[in-house]
Amino acid sequence: MDKFTTHTGVAAALLRSNIDTDAIIPSREMKTVSKTGLAGGLFAGWRYVQAREPDPNFVLNRVVQRGSSVLLAGANFGCGSSREHAVWALKEYGIRVVIAPSFGAIFAGNCIRNGLLPVVLTEAQITELAASVAADPQGRRLNVDLQRCVVSDAAGTAYPFELAASQREMLLQGLDPIALTLQSSAAIEAFQAADRKARPWIYLDAPRPVSRR
Amino acid sequence: MTGLSLFEKLWRQHLVAELDEGDSLIHIDRVFLHERTGGVALQALAEAGHTVRNPQLAFATLDHIVDTFPGRNDNTLMPGGEAFIRITREQTAKSGIQLFDLGDARQGIVHVVSPEQGIVLPGATVVCPDSHTCTQGALGALAWGIGSSEAEHALATQTLRVVKPKSMRVTFDGALPPGVGAKDMILALIARDTASGARGSVVEFAGEAVQSLGVEARMTLCNMAVEFSAFTGLIAPDQATLDYVQGRSFVPKGEVWERAAAVWRELCSDADATFDFETRLDVSTLSPMLTWGTSPQHAIAVGERVPDPASVGDRATRMAMDKALAYMDLRPGQPLAGTPIDAAFIGSCTNSRLSDLRAAAAVLRGRKVAAGVKAICVPGSTQVKLAAEAEGLHQLFLDAGFEWRESGCSMCFFAGGESFGFQQRVVSTTNRNFESRQGPQTRTHLASPVTVAASAIAGCIADPRELI
Repeated sequence: MDKFTTHTGVAAALLRSNIDTDAIIPSREMKTVSKTGLAGGLFAGWRYVQAREPDPNFVLNRVVQRGSSVLLAGANFGCGSSREHAVWALKEYGIRVVIAPSFGAIFAGNCIRNGLLPVVLTEAQITELAASVAADPQGRRLNVDLQRCVVSDAAGTAYPFELAASQREMLLQGLDPIALTLQSSAAIEAFQAADRKARPWIYLDAPRPVSRR
Repeated sequence: MTGLSLFEKLWRQHLVAELDEGDSLIHIDRVFLHERTGGVALQALAEAGHTVRNPQLAFATLDHIVDTFPGRNDNTLMPGGEAFIRITREQTAKSGIQLFDLGDARQGIVHVVSPEQGIVLPGATVVCPDSHTCTQGALGALAWGIGSSEAEHALATQTLRVVKPKSMRVTFDGALPPGVGAKDMILALIARDTASGARGSVVEFAGEAVQSLGVEARMTLCNMAVEFSAFTGLIAPDQATLDYVQGRSFVPKGEVWERAAAVWRELCSDADATFDFETRLDVSTLSPMLTWGTSPQHAIAVGERVPDPASVGDRATRMAMDKALAYMDLRPGQPLAGTPIDAAFIGSCTNSRLSDLRAAAAVLRGRKVAAGVKAICVPGSTQVKLAAEAEGLHQLFLDAGFEWRESGCSMCFFAGGESFGFQQRVVSTTNRNFESRQGPQTRTHLASPVTVAASAIAGCIADPRELI
């Protein structure tokens, strides 16, 4: 899995609350049985005018926002559908960090699994950060340091944030959670052996009902 | 020592190990897959050299990509859709996972078929790469939606590494007035406490109004827990739950049933259990609810007027309301009832079960859908469809002017490649009124099955209480 330690980049502000994963990547943009090829569909409902021409008014299409890699957003970002495609699309587009007052829980989990950092700051702090970059996004880049758990603006103002220790470790080291859990195979085996006695109805060992066509 | 919540009891029961750095390793009793991500997840797993640890505990159904037209096959209107179906069929067969395929009488929307087949059980942990997995918490299960990487993890290890969520109890007091149901309860809660209201907690729904709901209506209530930003929702099992569960295909029988039922009867929060958050809502004064905007929190009673963003202090909320009004082509202060509609949709994992169809059909009986309104009913499962047909409900829908479809997620979100037209206004029993979810710039108003049926007949947003 991709590591995340520190990142400095151009920040774009999309400060509406409740930006859902349908808005991040609409269903109709998930066309192939693949985790890639999704960047073009990112924010497709907002990003384009007719015939897939970029809408010059959409924040990520502005020339000064070229290469944006940090997204400043409103509360409950990534709510809605569990589609991991939302994270894959953001990542493929080049977004490395999303900063919001809160996140949809499944989206936040998907971020961690894909090396995208979800940072929780207050709405007031995010408004300040947006103001700090507004005049010159290219020049006034934000720095996000996961080792210290601090976001810093170009003037050096620091905004500390918190992340669950396990998630921080997962990102810093780029760990593979499946490989990690398989190290606990003996514990899983022991759990199932005891649980099978306590709750035999869970294990469905009996012959399965056949398909009724 | 204070008592334990139902969530706490289920958490402890499924705890395999406390891991370093604060994660808990939680046993997963059931994994459910669908063709949007199931095939891809299984393929990725195989490519990484992993196998499915307990294939008999995993199930798959076709609902997200298949279309719902009579006589359907693998070719949907969705570009490339056939590949999703094919890879899911191939990969589930390779892994030894049961698939409820097209033509199988058990096929349907995952959160309808899992309870229907007795795959989700009280006290079980259930995950699925679909955010509405919380629906299944209605049976007293700890059931939650995950991403596809997490699904791979659950398949390979039969566990998930989870940061323990906080807990919340929402108590619904009072008795529901006629014409008001579970959909109105959950919309009223989200409207009052916002779409971030649950703050990522496991939400237990409790109180006399919840206990008096039928089991299918409880699924409607839990279905939209995710719209309330809950980790999941759940309801303590009671006699109604046990009566619902008993006799279904994957439910134990005989002596094992007796043992299981005895355990399930004890599954509830202790009287002195504490929660991180608590709130109450009195349902006795509720009216039928509808959304006016583009978030489930943008909901009002059918008799109310569209709110004014200028009355809201918070800037991000105001901005979202302004955008929502422009998108929905509504003005502050305008009455919602009477707004003309283009379409009516009854279906989805929220409201597509037999009790939903019966309620809607009772409104439709002897009436006609208004001219120019496209009206569609998509039963939640093939079983629901067959049961509805056995009691003649389909004829009531057809006579009124509704289309009667095969089961699937359908136009909740472009499933089957089908959607409503550009800027069409739709009254819908689904769960999400997000921009363009039901079609290009489609304007969705979420509501209960009776409100959708009444609106279809009126040709505009209508109060169902006038027709029941």
